[in-house]
Amino acid sequence: MTFSPELEARFEKFLAKYPADRKRSAVIPMLVYAQDETEAITQELIEEVAKRCGVTQLQVDEVVGFYSMLHKKPQGKFHVQICTNISCLLVGGAELWEQACKKTGIGHKQNSADGRISLEEVECIGACSWAPAVQVNYDFYHFVTPGQLDKLLDGLAAGKKPEEITDVKKVSC
Amino acid sequence: MADLVKFTINGQELEAPAGMLLIEAAKQNGIEIPSFCYYEGYSLQAACRMCLVEVERMPKMQVACTLPVSAGMVVRTETDQVNAARKSTLEFLLTNHPLDCPVCDKGGECELQDMVFRYGAGESRYTETKIHVDEQQWSPVVFYDAPRCILCFRCVRACDEGMGVSALGVINRGAMSLIAPNKGDHLECDECGQCIDICPVGALTSGAYRYQTRPWEMEHVGTICTHCSDGCKTTLGVRNDEIVRGNNRDRSGVNGEFLCIKGRYGFDFSEHADRLQSPMIRVNGKLEEVSWSKALETISKKFAEVKAKGGKFGVIGSNQTTNEENYYLQKFARQGLGTNNIDHHRTGDVVTLVDALSGTTGRLAKSVDFYEGKAVLVIGADLAVEHPFLAFQIRANFRHHEAHVYAVTAETVREDLVATRSVRAIRGEELSALEGLREALAAEKDLVIVFGDSIKGDKVRSLVEYGQSLGIPVSYCALVDYSNSRGAIDMGLVPELNPGFHASNVAGATIDELLAANDLAALWVIGSNPLEKAKVAASKAFVVVQDLFLTETAQRADVVLPSASAYEKNGTVTNGCGEVQRLKRASATMGTKTDLEIIGLIAKEMGLAALMGPWLPETVYAEIRKNVKGYDIPLPLVTIGAQQTAPVNGRVGVDSRPDLIRSSHDNLFTSGTLGRYSTVLNSVIEGRQSR
Repeated sequence: MTFSPELEARFEKFLAKYPADRKRSAVIPMLVYAQDETEAITQELIEEVAKRCGVTQLQVDEVVGFYSMLHKKPQGKFHVQICTNISCLLVGGAELWEQACKKTGIGHKQNSADGRISLEEVECIGACSWAPAVQVNYDFYHFVTPGQLDKLLDGLAAGKKPEEITDVKKVSC
Repeated sequence: MADLVKFTINGQELEAPAGMLLIEAAKQNGIEIPSFCYYEGYSLQAACRMCLVEVERMPKMQVACTLPVSAGMVVRTETDQVNAARKSTLEFLLTNHPLDCPVCDKGGECELQDMVFRYGAGESRYTETKIHVDEQQWSPVVFYDAPRCILCFRCVRACDEGMGVSALGVINRGAMSLIAPNKGDHLECDECGQCIDICPVGALTSGAYRYQTRPWEMEHVGTICTHCSDGCKTTLGVRNDEIVRGNNRDRSGVNGEFLCIKGRYGFDFSEHADRLQSPMIRVNGKLEEVSWSKALETISKKFAEVKAKGGKFGVIGSNQTTNEENYYLQKFARQGLGTNNIDHHRTGDVVTLVDALSGTTGRLAKSVDFYEGKAVLVIGADLAVEHPFLAFQIRANFRHHEAHVYAVTAETVREDLVATRSVRAIRGEELSALEGLREALAAEKDLVIVFGDSIKGDKVRSLVEYGQSLGIPVSYCALVDYSNSRGAIDMGLVPELNPGFHASNVAGATIDELLAANDLAALWVIGSNPLEKAKVAASKAFVVVQDLFLTETAQRADVVLPSASAYEKNGTVTNGCGEVQRLKRASATMGTKTDLEIIGLIAKEMGLAALMGPWLPETVYAEIRKNVKGYDIPLPLVTIGAQQTAPVNGRVGVDSRPDLIRSSHDNLFTSGTLGRYSTVLNSVIEGRQSR
């Protein structure tokens, strides 16, 4: 299996980072970045990562099954993650979640028909100070109001990129 | 040993080495702390929360399976708080565990059942629907019932650490966690069944035993596995004279709990539909069933006739019959029939090893040395495949004692995983690679050298010379193939050797010479299949065969006698390390007789009963003790555990005939002729071929 030159370079860095007999440490980061490129964790990818890290396929399977952020099904182009843990919950996170479901007509870990949006109700994303928080792919939105969420979802559904939706402030991480 | 520390459990002042786990320290003082995930000998998991105990000055209850004891520690294991915690843990485990105990194989010997019985988690506050996953068959041997699994991960560790196979894993998380096999929907592994026996509940069950019986309806007979030469003790579960299971949960025998597929499930040959149950005589070219008396009469007449005419006898003994049978057979051949033409299928050069070690004592490795030795050198053998128990010992030694393992083999072997150094060498030329290891080996405290049949004759002498030149204590093990291959040599089923490695004055004919001899008048084969790949040159030879099945050899016979299997007789066998152990009769097959009895009956029919003495295993053993050097071990000692024999400490002085030493190199799923009649072994082979 081949990846883009950027990803290959990244993999090499991961593998070089760990001692020769601990290559298995690279399994998680490799899966995380590879799934962005391959859209999901495929059997082929599992085999490849197992081979490169010197572990069995079953050992990679164990990791994939355990971590909820590793996904075997493709997600939407924009993966909208809404936190409903305690801090966000206290200031309207649950309402944001319900609003998003109603607006998009999809639910937890589901994709929109055109494949642009997918939703996920997530556990704490570490943005408690700026609750309620929403994450789209790797970018954060802080102090999200129902109005902002509407605009964000409308914009994404209409084919805009997050940076083109200027009236909702994105925080890059 | 680490310093002893004083601590208190339940008001009792106790002592244990500092750093010992609390659960172990309690156990060695007779206090049980229950646990599911903790398992002696494997890595710590701390997953089940069953072993919670109160420890003074610690804010919360502690898990005894990961807490080392320290001086002054005050522990309470049976307080109301502890009992309540255990009850809650059980209530939690039962959230999804089905209460199908009445049909579960484990019912009656289930650790979860026992714990619930003890702590009384009879009521549950959980009303949620139990998560159900359908049962899966992973291999002919292994079945998995996910809902019963309590996720203790014993199976995963036993497979990974114990077997070095890593065929099991855990997928998903939380309540959805499942044990998963390495090939998606099926297993590709040693099929040893360790995972099944170690399972505290009925999540993993075996194809052989499932739905066969309730555990309390079995009788348990501890005997020795009849397959390879490692001499594992297997405790057979017998119901209505039928063997339904093999395991060794009581950890008796040299092998502790270890068994491979052969010891655990390979007993099924004894129930095979092709078992011979009646004597047969060749009439008009065809074998016809006759009575025992008719068959014995025919044999004794013919034998007496050949003897009277001074005709040539040939006797081929077995690698699987007992020491008593072997001794009795050679005595009958040598003294009764007056021939030294007695041999067996030779599989390892023990003779040269004993000869090369003359003048030394304690240089033959015991099974336990593979676990306790500081270093092990494996030469020319794929131990994990051919001698799974010795390989298991080595892995455990590496895990527990950081033993140094060296492997000199032609192919990659599983020992490489734990090896300090692995060297590849062409088969037969392994010794040339040893010089490169000299420095490393000489620096070891002691060493066990184990070698396969590529090292024979003068190579054994060179190897012993090399070993003795290292300047450290070295012990040796010459691998042989089957359960009593070693006993066959010790008991003198060799033309050039009388029992006890005594050179015989009159050289008899070897197995190859017998088969090739045109003037052979009578050939008597006991529990062996020499004609699988050869022919008897003497077309007129009168052939008598004692066997379990109509083998290629039995098909050539003039008289076939149905014999009892190793699981159907009493006696002793000697494993590859020279350890004598006791066989105990577990079941019986109608119509068969033990080889000992058959030999005795033939002798009686020939009027030689007085010479031979009674065909009782104990009587013959007493004779062995008197006449075979090294075997002077009281039977009660053999009964309670393996006892290593100490063979002659002097030159053997015969040519070991390396050309006749040919190991069959049976793998995990083959076992000579016997393996062909084991349904479970064959189903694994067929399963693999069909994929």
